[in-house]
Amino acid sequence: MTDARLYLLQRATAVLLAPLVLVHLGLILHAVEAGLSAAEILQRTRGSIAWATFYGLFVLAVAVHAPIGLRNVAREWLAWGGRWLNWATFLMGVLLLWLGARAVWAVVGGGL
Amino acid sequence: MVENMLDVEIWRGKETGRFETYRVPNGSSQTILDVVTWVQRNVEPALAYRFACRVGMCGSCAMTVNGRPRWTCRSHVSKVVKSGRLRIEPLYNMPRIKDLVVDMTPFFEKWQAARGQFKPSITRFDPMERISPDSMRRRAVDAGIECINCGVCHAACDVVAWNNDYLGPAALNRSWTLANDERDADRGGLLSTISRSGGCHSCHTHGSCVEDCPVGLNPAAGIAGLKRMTLTGLLRGDLG
Ligand code: SF4
Ligand code: SF4
Ligand code: FES
Repeated sequence: MTDARLYLLQRATAVLLAPLVLVHLGLILHAVEAGLSAAEILQRTRGSIAWATFYGLFVLAVAVHAPIGLRNVAREWLAWGGRWLNWATFLMGVLLLWLGARAVWAVVGGGL
Repeated sequence: MVENMLDVEIWRGKETGRFETYRVPNGSSQTILDVVTWVQRNVEPALAYRFACRVGMCGSCAMTVNGRPRWTCRSHVSKVVKSGRLRIEPLYNMPRIKDLVVDMTPFFEKWQAARGQFKPSITRFDPMERISPDSMRRRAVDAGIECINCGVCHAACDVVAWNNDYLGPAALNRSWTLANDERDADRGGLLSTISRSGGCHSCHTHGSCVEDCPVGLNPAAGIAGLKRMTLTGLLRGDLG
């Protein structure tokens, strides 16, 4: 993949993530303010297609966005390059996707 | 009366070497290049450095002065001296040959790698194209075309230091002027070339190149323009 494509993907996911992160932060504040317990939160999220979509999209965007940024850091600071760098980027994406998907499943699963 | 003197440290050697300190008379209106020349003529005949035009045209006299890259023939001592001291070294980000002279081959190879050559779309037998001086593209070319190839921006750029593949501000500034040249036959090829690893997308837009370019060019703006052009190319599907 050319650098132009990676650049486009990173910018596009950044645009997507900007509102998602804001909503996510707002949600945390709201949950804390309202003093919601874990059980009460789960009650609202379990089986919710809306939350599954919201956080599913979030995780996807992060799994694309973050590895590209880390790739640039690795290239500049560790002087990585070539195939190794591509594999490391890909594996990082898979790792984030897996961790994120597990988290999403934990809050919306069981009921879906 | 005690003569007004400067303490001038000058790099002697190659990659390894040392700073030697020289006492140089602090004449009025003298440039850094004058100081280096004084040292060579009066104290250290073996001192190696480069210059040609002495009027800011040729771009051969750039050195690092008190930590910043500068064109020494147009840099007045009074503007850069710090408490009577000057520290003069070769440009950063290029191999050192001797004393203040660097090997600029890697710098010019980047111009080649950035496809710095004009690709004509017509032959000498065709009538010349007419380009309006007011057109947007022509004005973009005007803003970037006066580069004197001094290497100052290349030496100032952190990404050049970090990433061996990075084409650097000067070469990409050249690509930007070509990408805006209506007469160039292969803008698509040019954009593909600078979209590879180490191309325009590696730039952090932090602007050291703009800060230090002695002729006031703005390579960072050109590189941002190239990023926009490559994105449009990608979205339109005419870029690999
Ligand atoms: S703006 Fe880009 S080219 Fe200029 S110094 Fe910074 S990284 Fe280098
Ligand atoms: S862009 Fe400016 S600093 Fe860079 S090589 Fe050209 S004249 Fe020198
Ligand atoms: S000697 Fe030519 S630019 Fe300085």
